Amino acid sequence: MTGILGKKLGMTQIFDETGKIFPVTVVEAGPCCVVQIKTRQNDGYEAVKVGFVEVKKEKKLSKPLAGIFKKVGTKPYKMLKEFPMGDLKVGDLLTVERFSKGDIVAVTGVTKGKGFQGVIKRHHYAGGPASHGSMFYRAPGSIGASSFPSRVWKNKGLPGHMGSEQVTVRNLRVVEVKAEQNLLLILGAVPGSPGSYLEIRKEN
Amino acid sequence: MNLIRAVEEGYKKDLGPFNVGDTVKVYVKVVEGDKERIQPFQGTVIGRKGSGTRESFSVRKISFGVGVERIFPVCSPIVDKVEVLKRGSVKRAKLYYLRGKKGKAAKIKEKEFSAD
Repeated sequence: MTGILGKKLGMTQIFDETGKIFPVTVVEAGPCCVVQIKTRQNDGYEAVKVGFVEVKKEKKLSKPLAGIFKKVGTKPYKMLKEFPMGDLKVGDLLTVERFSKGDIVAVTGVTKGKGFQGVIKRHHYAGGPASHGSMFYRAPGSIGASSFPSRVWKNKGLPGHMGSEQVTVRNLRVVEVKAEQNLLLILGAVPGSPGSYLEIRKEN
Repeated sequence: MNLIRAVEEGYKKDLGPFNVGDTVKVYVKVVEGDKERIQPFQGTVIGRKGSGTRESFSVRKISFGVGVERIFPVCSPIVDKVEVLKRGSVKRAKLYYLRGKKGKAAKIKEKEFSAD
């Protein structure tokens, strides 16, 4: 599996040769530095830990983290994630060149925060009629039966905080790879606002 | 934002100057089977909207007594070129009022002298 870390820059649209317009998300991905190799003997599983977004000021780094980077001899990074990848060594750089046009990818990110939301927005409840004296507009309505079960069922959709959660969008297509600018153009939308960080994994 | 601009820059296209009210001939690439040919669409530009790669323009013509409108994205690769046949003198940015008019009422006054 191939993975890379990136930053969402925003969306735009591009044309193909036949004049079709595609909505694309522009992601600045990599270069990510390999910080640690996890092995079956040491850690019980095989993975590669990569870092993204260099920490410019040393004082912004906690001492334990700074120690780790000092030991492996790489630059300090803000974002650390693991991918199950092989054939790499500490200090290697992952770039967008590992991806090519037409690849199917899964993108993980943190969605935009929506705050405290009602059931219509949060759980797609239908709501009540707006007129004819209905008096029942956006409320959740009944949340269960009476003597049985004498409680509210678990996972009952109710108002609450929405967004700001990790979401993975699968089966997105890479439309273009711009290696010299470290850009990936991904068809469709990905979670988060522009500037948020993403994990991009190739799906086999 | 600048990197997005840079991406868009690669798709930008200049069709030359033409304005709302002009009578134009748009050369559209049409693919039939495996052959590609150019099909002209001649009519009046009744509006331009958007900016950058999202800019588009609408062309209206009367075809066998039926009004036909086509919207072309400026940067679309299917638009080969735009030829200006007549420059029109209009006082509006969008000529949607032409939709309700026929014959002489739908005529646009020609610009008498242009800047160039």
